[in-house]
Amino acid sequence: MSNSRRNFLKSTGAGLIAGMLPISLVRLSFAQSSQDFTFGYISDAHIQQIKGNKFVRNWDQGLKRAVAEANLLDPRPDFFMFGGDLAQLGSKAELDHGADILGALRGKNYMVVGEHDYYYDLGDYWRRLYGDEYYSFDHKGVHFVVLNSVLTYDDWNNKWETPMRRMQEMALLDNPNGSPFMVGKRQMEWLKKDLAKQDRNTPVVVFSHSPLQKIFRNWNFWTEEADEIQKLLAPFKQSNVIYGHVHQIQYNQIGNIAFNSVMSTAWPWPYPSTYAQAESHLPILTVPMNRADPFDERDATGWQFMNIHSGRVDTSFNLYGNENRELAWNDKRGHLADTRYQEKQDRIPPQTQY
Amino acid sequence: MRNLTVVLLMLIAGAAHADEFTKEDVARWQAEYEMVAREGRKLWTSGELGTNGVACAQCHPNAANTHAETYPKFQKQLGRVGDLWEMVNWCIRNPLQGKELAADDPKMIAIVSYIHKERKGVPLAPGKH
Ligand SMILES: [Fe+2]
Ligand SMILES: [Fe+2]
Repeated sequence: MSNSRRNFLKSTGAGLIAGMLPISLVRLSFAQSSQDFTFGYISDAHIQQIKGNKFVRNWDQGLKRAVAEANLLDPRPDFFMFGGDLAQLGSKAELDHGADILGALRGKNYMVVGEHDYYYDLGDYWRRLYGDEYYSFDHKGVHFVVLNSVLTYDDWNNKWETPMRRMQEMALLDNPNGSPFMVGKRQMEWLKKDLAKQDRNTPVVVFSHSPLQKIFRNWNFWTEEADEIQKLLAPFKQSNVIYGHVHQIQYNQIGNIAFNSVMSTAWPWPYPSTYAQAESHLPILTVPMNRADPFDERDATGWQFMNIHSGRVDTSFNLYGNENRELAWNDKRGHLADTRYQEKQDRIPPQTQY
Repeated sequence: MRNLTVVLLMLIAGAAHADEFTKEDVARWQAEYEMVAREGRKLWTSGELGTNGVACAQCHPNAANTHAETYPKFQKQLGRVGDLWEMVNWCIRNPLQGKELAADDPKMIAIVSYIHKERKGVPLAPGKH
């Protein structure tokens, strides 16, 4: 980091955090040209109420740090995304507390709904705070679509004795009594119509909470209509799907569709392949995140900075406890690639997941 | 010689008696283990081990990323070789903000039973990082 840049960041009045802000983020944000732009992506905060106005400090800290660091970006990104799971058990208290912390973010913030926000009251309070669960918008020639991908069968929704019980059942990731995520008929119809209106040369970016690819059903690293949605995206020259929920780095390429996940500010999740007793399908392109150090509560958590250029999305993973990871569109390969660790021989021991 | 044979036969018979167990015994012992492991799963997924409602399962679905087969192993923050139950206690103390359990506390045995159940079949690799 050059002296002038360091001074520049210090002059924002948050020198301590600025000192930790990775250079790459700053450099990326200065690289934007008129057609290209940047946005920030924060996800999976899981704000959890203990009692009354007491919340789990660990998760609060993760989100507060993301917001504080994101507020230091200069020039400002065009907007922010929040990728879902603002709350842990979807209560008004948790959503309000999360909205308070997230509300300190300077700039426009778009929201994605996660299952932890949804299953207490089937999205009522979340909608009161943030509006529609699915919508689209255009920005500098890119078409953005936000989906609610965490719906499920009505039968499942109605079978629990209390709303809180329903929420707790869905909150348990490995729950054999859980239910698969889906977009649902009505939203699929909407998506078809929305995409039909777009020119095939318009870059499309879809934000969903769960992956729109089938990775591991047991943990809902999965969306039931994934194949159908991929078919809708296939005709576009450049489509990109960005998702939360998995609390880990994943990326993939299927035809013209580039997929990548974002990290959680709260805690990392194991890769499904490390569960010895079930089969899963982690995209082979993925260079995994580092295994978390259990002694560092912020390790393997963080937030993202995205750089859109030529219809593709580069992601800079700003990791609190690790070296940053940079995922960039690689034109020669025709897919996203880690700028440093993509080749087998460049990987480091903590990336071996078992 | 004949006397010796008799003595040997008696020894074998005696040993066989102590060693004998039936299919029913095996089934019962297995069931005992399963019961304790089920209790462990309950503790793992409830928030009751700590004080802040956080559950082990929040970070460790199916007890993944616990690497049970690698213990005992060196833990740099402990500065020595530690066992699985000590790491369980670290998690109870820190992310769960709770009080640690004795190594032979039935709750600890239940938790460790559950972790091993999810990790069944993975070869032992003590010390591995
Ligand atoms: Fe999440
Ligand atoms: Fe989620």
